[in-house]
Amino acid sequence: MKARRISLTVNGEAVACEVPVRLNLVDFLRHELGLTGSHVGCEQGACGACTVLLDGQTVRGCLVLAVQADGATVETIEGAGFDDLLADLRAAFHRLNALQCGFCTPGMLLTAQELLVGNPNPSRAEIREYLSGNFCRCTGYQAIVDAVEAVAVARAS
Amino acid sequence: MSIGAEVPRDRAKRLLLGRGRFVDDISLPRMLHLAFVRSTHAHARIEAIDCAEARALEGVVAVLTAAEIADGVASWRAEHKLFPAMAAPEQFALARDIVRWQGEAVAAVVAHSRAVAEDGAELVDVSWTELPNVVDGKQALAPDAPLLHGHMDSNLAYTTVIEAGNTRKAFESADVVVEETFRFHRHTGVSLEARGIIAEFEPGEDRLTVHQSHQTPHQQQDLYARLLGLPEHKVRVICPDVGGAFGLKHHLMADELVACVAAKLLARPIKYIADRMDSFLADIHCRDHEVTARMAFSQAGDILALEVDDLFNAGAYGQYPRTSIAEGNQISRLTGAPYRHEHYRANLAMAFLNKGILGHIRSVGHPIACAVAERLIDLGAGKLELDPIAVRRRNYLHGDDFPRTSVGGVEFEHLSLRDCLDKALTMIDVARFREDQAGLRAQGIYRGLGIATFVELTAIGPEYYGEGGQHISAQETCLMRLEASGTVRCYTGATDQGQGIDTGIQQVAADTLGLPMAAIEVISGDSALCPMGGGSWGSRGAALAGEAALRAASTLRHNILAIAASLLQKDAGCLDIKAGEVVEGGITHMSVAEIARIGHFQPYTIPHGVPADLTVTARYATTGRMFLAGNGLQIATVEVDVESGIVTPLRHLVVHDCGRILNPLLVREQVRGGVVQGIGSALYEELRYDNAGHLLTGSFADYLVPMAGEMPDIEVAHIETPTATSELGAKGAGEAGTAGAVGAILNAVNDAILPLGATIAEVPITPPRLLKALGRI
Repeated sequence: MKARRISLTVNGEAVACEVPVRLNLVDFLRHELGLTGSHVGCEQGACGACTVLLDGQTVRGCLVLAVQADGATVETIEGAGFDDLLADLRAAFHRLNALQCGFCTPGMLLTAQELLVGNPNPSRAEIREYLSGNFCRCTGYQAIVDAVEAVAVARAS
Repeated sequence: MSIGAEVPRDRAKRLLLGRGRFVDDISLPRMLHLAFVRSTHAHARIEAIDCAEARALEGVVAVLTAAEIADGVASWRAEHKLFPAMAAPEQFALARDIVRWQGEAVAAVVAHSRAVAEDGAELVDVSWTELPNVVDGKQALAPDAPLLHGHMDSNLAYTTVIEAGNTRKAFESADVVVEETFRFHRHTGVSLEARGIIAEFEPGEDRLTVHQSHQTPHQQQDLYARLLGLPEHKVRVICPDVGGAFGLKHHLMADELVACVAAKLLARPIKYIADRMDSFLADIHCRDHEVTARMAFSQAGDILALEVDDLFNAGAYGQYPRTSIAEGNQISRLTGAPYRHEHYRANLAMAFLNKGILGHIRSVGHPIACAVAERLIDLGAGKLELDPIAVRRRNYLHGDDFPRTSVGGVEFEHLSLRDCLDKALTMIDVARFREDQAGLRAQGIYRGLGIATFVELTAIGPEYYGEGGQHISAQETCLMRLEASGTVRCYTGATDQGQGIDTGIQQVAADTLGLPMAAIEVISGDSALCPMGGGSWGSRGAALAGEAALRAASTLRHNILAIAASLLQKDAGCLDIKAGEVVEGGITHMSVAEIARIGHFQPYTIPHGVPADLTVTARYATTGRMFLAGNGLQIATVEVDVESGIVTPLRHLVVHDCGRILNPLLVREQVRGGVVQGIGSALYEELRYDNAGHLLTGSFADYLVPMAGEMPDIEVAHIETPTATSELGAKGAGEAGTAGAVGAILNAVNDAILPLGATIAEVPITPPRLLKALGRI
């Protein structure tokens, strides 16, 4: 199996190792680095459970190969955060019951964080639209929208 | 009081940090990975399986076929003694000789990594001889149909009739009769976390330890012990965090059993994580019914009679261990159940087909029973030129009708149908909607409003599986342990997949014991640690595990107070526990922590005869009642784009009665999640097969699930009628959202297209189906 050496920064730590070229980023993070907070839901780029930040942008961890992250900075749910925004989102998700099984939650949080960084005052429709690449089967999405909206409102005041 | 309070879940904090522990997050030393070779045909004879190339691949440890595992695992049959005439052909962990559905596991490749196991699976060469297949119920029951199971005379798995009164006479004398043929297509549960298992076998002890994403650890313990020939106490099934289940994780799945057999044969831990294609192919499917139903009315709008003919397109086998009958049975028993009528006949014919196995997914049968009756009422009201809301109110069971056994044989302690309707009508101004609707129609905008009344069967009693011969517990036991520091551990047989039963039990224990919630921890999902119980399915947690917790906590409270009374030389009847302190009126005597310390370390200070057990158990099962029935209704408004055929949900409201509510914060969003699943099956979700029995929807690009952008806000209100059958008064709440959403959306779409002279009775209501109904294509 063809392999290649890569160096990258993951959650602020330098990582260097040899990976099979066909290994995708989320499997690398989960199984090589033990960062199991990013989940695998479809391996087709559709469900958003594997969302991570690659050089600050959300990407599907299943659609990026580990070798493509060579030289990059990767943040996962275990490490990601701009200021205290992620902490606010976590608190609101908890208080408003915006998660049940929690499998989609890391991807939801990172996507919601990205939304609020780019658009601090989104409408409910904009929140729904932005989160539409993240599948949740347990909630009715409403509590998630409520939580993101509540954080936006609280931070604006 | 914490019962009834909006308490967030402790478990959620860990999940929010990305520190959940799902099966695929677990790695064990020397663990191997499993991938399956699945049938590419719907019906074929296996002539030969050539594994040589796969076995030669670097990293492959073993390739298993039916021959290799034959001695290691028994076969099974999906039998149910309450339905003794139901066909129950023999099933095997890996197909022997003949495959009967596309996706049936034929061989298993064990390798050092999942990727290599998948490479190996591609190298297994199976020689097939295709056999004629049947993928449609009518075709399957035709006299000359090819047979799935050679020992049967036909593909009819089961047929039955439920009858009350005399429908023939009632229809003859009715003023108005309406009839419709409905098609409810096949879909599945689509948990975001796919099924997964790690099986570990210790040959020195004959011990199997399984980590599995599952709803019922004790059921799996029993099944693995019996099928693998192990003593039950040597099998331990642990369900860590479960990433959604919805019924698809409370069955025995052949591929998961193969992981256990492989672990036993190889004496190494084996991990199998289904991928999304495996999931669509080989998860339990649901629905797939064609229902023709007729309803008879008087001129005044009374429902006189109802007839239901259900052709149930089941899978290639019955689901094990529960069987596939329940969905058909629920449709036969529940259709029209909220309404008073005396004459009823329901006919069920269940056909084996060359498709995936069909079983229990959230709200088994309910959405179909509800949609059929609710659509017929709208059709009847239309023909009678009566207000459909008034027709419903007029026919609802209410007041003196209870307690009642419905014509379909469902027992109702009480239903609050009129109260729910009244409440709903305060939430939406129907007259105003009708005005707007008329105005918008003039502009070519087609909106509709649909109502669906449902009953929700929850907390099944022990008779159904007890008499059926299945080893499935409908009883719950709570083991409650006062630790020496005064905190409490509750061990329950119920499992938590995010619905929050852990929190509900914590609330019940806190209130009953007079302790803060923070002093209580709930432990679940471990067949070795937790008392035997049913797990979580069929909306049973709050009603059964909650009541068991209440009883255990009452006993523990009694013992704590008995010890306190003996130490204080008081009458226990004068003492109470509040906020962790034993009190008498306004006087605080001592803490529960002090009693715990004495009870564990200085038991000699407690006189003989005082009940000083600080680990107690209590059990609860319903008796003499098959279900606890909740009820409610949903109102949906939609907009139909008559050019594109796209249906946009606008408003969706639910009024629901699930008895006493332990935690409204959790119940509300669980109801909403159910609604979204119901809207999914009403508008998007479908497992489509071609005529050759090949699944056409094996990815999220083809099988559409509802995402945030398509879903409306969902308004949820509750009427709270506690059941008198338990002290806690809770009923289940997990089915409601899904039960009513299909009917509400179906009626709303039909209301929208009524002025175009069109109707539709097929779900999901996809754009092509709707455009066809509108005569546009």
